[in-house]
Amino acid sequence: MKDMNSEGYTTADGRKIGGVLMEMKNITLRFGGVAAITDISFDIRDGEIRAIIGPNGAGKSSMLNVISGFYVPQEGEVWFKGYKRGPMKPYQVARLGIARTFQNIALFDGMSVLDNIMTGRLTLMKSGLLSQAMWWGGAQREETEHREKVEKIIDFLEIQSIRKTPVGRLPYGLKKRVELARALAAEPKLLLLDEPMAGMNVEEKEDMCRFILDVNDEFGTTIALIEHDMGVVMDLSDRVVVMDYGKKIGDGTPDEVRSNPDVINAYLGVSHD
Amino acid sequence: MSDQILFAMEVTLNGLMAGVMYSLVALGFVLIFKASGIFNYAQGVLALFAALTLVGFQNGQVPFAHLINAIFGTNLHHFGWHLPAVVAIILTAAVMVLLAMIVEKFVLQHLVNQAPIILFMATIGLAYFLEGLGDIMWGADIKKLDVGLPQGANEAFEAVTDSVFGFGLYIDNLDIVATVVAALLVLSLTLFSQYTKYGRALRAVADDHQAALSVGISLRFIWVLVWSIAGIVALVAGIMWGSKSGVQFSLSLIALKALPVLMLGGFTSIPGAIVGGLIIGMGEKLFEFFAGPLIGGATENWFAYVLALLFLVFRPQGLFGEKIIERV
Repeated sequence: MKDMNSEGYTTADGRKIGGVLMEMKNITLRFGGVAAITDISFDIRDGEIRAIIGPNGAGKSSMLNVISGFYVPQEGEVWFKGYKRGPMKPYQVARLGIARTFQNIALFDGMSVLDNIMTGRLTLMKSGLLSQAMWWGGAQREETEHREKVEKIIDFLEIQSIRKTPVGRLPYGLKKRVELARALAAEPKLLLLDEPMAGMNVEEKEDMCRFILDVNDEFGTTIALIEHDMGVVMDLSDRVVVMDYGKKIGDGTPDEVRSNPDVINAYLGVSHD
Repeated sequence: MSDQILFAMEVTLNGLMAGVMYSLVALGFVLIFKASGIFNYAQGVLALFAALTLVGFQNGQVPFAHLINAIFGTNLHHFGWHLPAVVAIILTAAVMVLLAMIVEKFVLQHLVNQAPIILFMATIGLAYFLEGLGDIMWGADIKKLDVGLPQGANEAFEAVTDSVFGFGLYIDNLDIVATVVAALLVLSLTLFSQYTKYGRALRAVADDHQAALSVGISLRFIWVLVWSIAGIVALVAGIMWGSKSGVQFSLSLIALKALPVLMLGGFTSIPGAIVGGLIIGMGEKLFEFFAGPLIGGATENWFAYVLALLFLVFRPQGLFGEKIIERV
């Protein structure tokens, strides 16, 4: 590992990565008697693109769900911005500045693209119930301000033409992009992407890669992503955690991970001789 | 103009007004269904409960008087005051909000992620629980509700129609008030759900729970909010029905008339609840007027359901319901 310490490090392409933003300490998650995650620790640093990879059923999605509060681990600690996070509901985690997308896309199908993205800003809207109900005071001005921010994200992700379309009518690739837009609208400190390229064709994958890099570059957003596709992950991420059967078998830069014998075994199988 | 046509006009008018009353109940159903996918069987009982509570507050009735007297051997009935209608209405609205919180805390919270049929069953239980609670709290007798709404024939309308047709048509002032109130309710609810952040959060929760959580929406808050709104809509319906025909336990059966209204208008459409109500109200009165004598009358009991059934066959999502888009 390059000059890696608590102060951060510099990536191969010259980006400065900061200190620890999120730290998972000895996380164990069980469903009944089945352990989905066993004693895993790793950190995510400010400004980096961190990937979690592993074969099917390795527990990657479970780990993402622990980070986003959908699952509460039986053992271990989650630290965010230097504070230990107690057991939290997913909506409380979202309000801390952790936004996410889903593997199977969870959008509001009946609502327009614009409205979907606007929901991303709900936690940032301050005016109260009464003001909203009466549509007086700050409510109207606030709506306009947030609309402007959302329009910028729409431009950024190049989805201007489908602004008013109900999400249910969009093809898969665009839905994935709208979901990313909604997560970005929350101006998250940490963005979690659950298989952002799953089911996409080559062209869509390239677009998604570009957007992920641009988001990281332009907004300085820290990104943690889960991916199946090794090639994509290696090109995209600064550091990679490798999981297999709920355990961590590798952690480091893409090059380090690629040459790790345990990782090679997990992906290619061990010869029994 | 022949008497027959004039009479038909009056029947139509009457039907429309009855329809407005159905719509008021149907609105509450739509709100909860939209936000949580639950068909709230207890909506009619909510209206009854609200009306009972309102009368109780107005007359200074002691809640649970019968129970208290039976246990402690006292003879309490009334506090001996009469609250002004406005104060009583505000207090009742607060009770409906409180009730929403209790329902969320003790029922809905424990049924998160259950199938809709389970939640439906829970609301049936809730309906009978509330009916019993209303009985124990306020007594089972029929009560008169008067919050100062105008009642009786509208003379201006009678005079105008008299000069035009040579026959004064009858319309009740209370029905006019109900129509205005229903229109205002629909307008404000539509604006609220389309243009405010809470409205957007409400629609988001209705669409996808997981996604709503991930953008920081608290499901519990939204459920309390939507049940509170439904409770207040029930209060409005309770006031109108109670003023018209007294507060009695058969009020909860009106809920069943809201069913065909919903099938017609669509379970997810607020304007649909109004238009559906008008069609059902007018349809059943006109059908009774024209076909009733031929087939022995009492058609009002079943006509609405048959009409709704026809709609289900040809347009399952109702007049205004969201067409189900399914990409394969």
